[in-house]
Amino acid sequence: MAKYLLKRLVYIIVSLFFIITITFFLMQAAPGSPFASERALTPALEAQMNEAYGLNEPIHVQYFNYLFSAFQFDFGPSIKYVGQDVTEIIARSFPYSLILGVEAILIALSIGVLLGVIAAVKHNKFGDYTAMVIAVLGISVPSFIMATILQYIFAIKLQALPIARFESFAHTILPAVALATTPLAFIARLMRSSMLDVLHSDYIKTAKSKGLSERVVTYKHALRNAILPVVSYLGPLVVSILTGSFIIEKIFGIPGLGNEFVVSVTNRDYTVIMGTTVFFSVLLLVSILLVDLLYGLVDPRIKVTDKGASK
Amino acid sequence: MSKLLEVKDLAIYFDTYQAEVQAVRGVSFELDEKETLAIVGESGSGKSVTAQSLMRLTPMPPGKFAGGSILFNGEDLTKKSESQMESIRGKDISMIFQDPMTSLNPTMTIGKQIAEGLIKHQNMSKKEAHNRGVELLKLVGIPNPEKRINQYPHEYSGGMRQRAMIAIALACNPKVLIADEPTTALDVTIQAQILDLMRDLQQKTGTAIILITHDLGVVANAASRVAVMYGGKIVETGNVDEIFYNPKHPYTWGLLSSMPKINNGEEELQAIPGSPPDLADPPKGCPFVARCPYAMKLCENHMPEYTNLSDTQKTACWLLDERAPEVEPPESAIVGGAKVHG
Amino acid sequence: MAQSEFKQADFEPLQVDHAESEKIVGKSTSYWKDAWRRFRKNKLALAGVVIIVLLGIMSFIGGPISGHTYDGNDLLNVNQSPSAEHWFGTDNLGRDVFARTWYGAKISLFIGLMAALIDLVIGIIWGSVAGFFGGKVDEYMMRVADVLYGVPYLLVVILLMVILPPGLWTLIIAMTITGWINMARIVRGQVLQLRSEEYVMASRSLGASNSRLMFKHLVPNTLGPILVTLTLTIPTAIFTEAFLSFLGLGVPAPLASWGTMSSDGLSALQYYPSQLFFPAFFICLTMLAFNVIGDGMRDALDPKER
Repeated sequence: MAKYLLKRLVYIIVSLFFIITITFFLMQAAPGSPFASERALTPALEAQMNEAYGLNEPIHVQYFNYLFSAFQFDFGPSIKYVGQDVTEIIARSFPYSLILGVEAILIALSIGVLLGVIAAVKHNKFGDYTAMVIAVLGISVPSFIMATILQYIFAIKLQALPIARFESFAHTILPAVALATTPLAFIARLMRSSMLDVLHSDYIKTAKSKGLSERVVTYKHALRNAILPVVSYLGPLVVSILTGSFIIEKIFGIPGLGNEFVVSVTNRDYTVIMGTTVFFSVLLLVSILLVDLLYGLVDPRIKVTDKGASK
Repeated sequence: MSKLLEVKDLAIYFDTYQAEVQAVRGVSFELDEKETLAIVGESGSGKSVTAQSLMRLTPMPPGKFAGGSILFNGEDLTKKSESQMESIRGKDISMIFQDPMTSLNPTMTIGKQIAEGLIKHQNMSKKEAHNRGVELLKLVGIPNPEKRINQYPHEYSGGMRQRAMIAIALACNPKVLIADEPTTALDVTIQAQILDLMRDLQQKTGTAIILITHDLGVVANAASRVAVMYGGKIVETGNVDEIFYNPKHPYTWGLLSSMPKINNGEEELQAIPGSPPDLADPPKGCPFVARCPYAMKLCENHMPEYTNLSDTQKTACWLLDERAPEVEPPESAIVGGAKVHG
Repeated sequence: MAQSEFKQADFEPLQVDHAESEKIVGKSTSYWKDAWRRFRKNKLALAGVVIIVLLGIMSFIGGPISGHTYDGNDLLNVNQSPSAEHWFGTDNLGRDVFARTWYGAKISLFIGLMAALIDLVIGIIWGSVAGFFGGKVDEYMMRVADVLYGVPYLLVVILLMVILPPGLWTLIIAMTITGWINMARIVRGQVLQLRSEEYVMASRSLGASNSRLMFKHLVPNTLGPILVTLTLTIPTAIFTEAFLSFLGLGVPAPLASWGTMSSDGLSALQYYPSQLFFPAFFICLTMLAFNVIGDGMRDALDPKER
């Protein structure tokens, strides 16, 4: 177990090294000086700024400096917001994104799995068609359109829920639902086809031949096996929620990290872009590791651990 | 004396989107207590559908009973409700399947899979069911059962999984055990072990067995009576000696010819040319007519009645009519002096 | 007994054509014919095809029949609701939304098709080379693909959009730079599976060259899953374009796509919802159509899935 974890951690660090390197050189390749859009910058002042941000150093020195501080989670100061460190920005905005993301993941998983199971159990019947129509619509309506539809109906027309910002639980409902729509639809389809496969498998026949009731067979035998593909989808799910947050946070005016990232992209705030990209990568790599560990727990055939650690 | 199980004119059709497939077309047989009946036939003959429908495990729809009855202890299983069937499955009739690799739930320990039936049918506590599970695993010859019972199927070998399947099936001392090709997916050496085990357990528990197979070698080893199925019908039935030494149906001859024998090492195996009939459009007459080397004009459009050759042997073939030409079974279908019944 | 009704003549041997009984039972239809028949039965997928064809036609004739141009300002008639003059109303610069919608359709569909096509070309070359040569070549090629695949697609696209000069082709390039990997993996899987099959051996033993083998035998046989992936790439690309437009990274100003139109319409949502409604509706409709076509094709090509 310890050996496996160590191996995975080394892998994560190597991946991070590549990601930092690539983003660093990509941003170096970006057109113009980071201060180009600041109109009132005299050449003398610009030189001073470059000095202050270490931009006069040879590129390889800049690179190693950046690499070194990045591994200490120090991404330097923001270029646009004077006096703010990238790390500060991340620490301030990430909690919003985290709450929103976790809420969306829970919605997508619970309703997606439920719809998929209903569709499979009622295969080729009304329940199946309804669930699959919802799923196809969910995949076809992009999250940002879903977000505006929800805003329009619940906030503008019905005035039932707050339209923007992030102050109470009620504020999180619309953005979380909008964020969950597409992955929810994917999970429902995944769950349906996996459940159909499982329901036709031999061991379900065995379970029935023991005299177990339909309900026990479906929920005790089928569900546990059918949910495995959904567990492997958790990695892509995190990615989807993360990238979805860029737009949803913008539309709902939530001061989360996704929004910060989008603002930094529009402002060409290179240090923030780099910092958030690296942070996102860490987040993804760690969640993929967690998903793999979880998978080992759910599927007894996959031994993440060696013999000693298994119970 | 009333029979344990009596199947009368059973017909099972499947609605596929192309056509209605008549998988089983009027099958009748009986099963006595403590005996072993083998149902033999090639794939597509309807033998597995027959077996699964005895427990009402055939998915319906698309399948449906198109006639006939299944009397178990005098009660018609085709008329039972689903919940009534649940209390029969696993308790009175149980089943083992062809492929032990796929017929056990991969995410549940063997112990739990054995315990489920015990808890349901015998009201055992978890603890009691666990203890009984250990006994059962010992009974089916799994070494170190106290440890093995907490393992998952992937930690078992193929032969051991089939033993575990048998333990699950026999957990509640069923009166009938249906074994659907129980050895087909196993290595030859393991096959013999599993057949020995089944015979052994039958003597201990007195369970009647319906053995579904395409392998006459297995039949010779394990069964006392045989029903030969072809094209959704039973074409010949008799006890093992009659089927092996005095077969009358050309299809049985064909099956015997295609069986490898020890004492004719030099001879080639005789395959039956052609393929089984299309049951979406079943032949009007004898199902075997298209592949039968002795087919006569009337065979095409008229299904032969059964001719009773003895108390136990019945054959449906026009060759047994007195007006038909005399035919001798081919050389290759004659089972040599070797003793068949073990 | 009924048996007595037969005459002696009935017991004469029947001439059976044994070759006849060897023929495959059941209707034998070719794979593609069978797939097409199943696809045709899928009314939803057919409706999807009709919608895409109509959208395609309208993207060309929509502008002209409206009598307006997509970029003609009319500052006296801004933010109008749909009317006889402006069928979908006008936007905040008084431009005709109907004409703009169909112009946007052209751009959005173009982006979708181009992205899918480029993915297809790179994916087929990469995947079939890797799958066909196998061994070390395969290992290295797929390792490269794995590394690229690990990075979130939209993040890469956004980073590329930041450093590349804005434009239609930039958008397409940014989308395809990692988009082809999915296709390459599918092609490789298919090729690996087919490589070992007999007709390839047969063809090889007859002296066919590698490139001939690859394009004459392997590629046609991998078509099914490729077509499905292709169909599902188009809505993804249209989605990505709209997504980027919302972030201000879409096609630059004189051009208009459904994405930029919805993004503009969003700011006017509270007072003029129709400006968002039309482009958003057509994005959803197009994605829906391509999705049901893709599903229909998958079901038709793989009967097991039904």
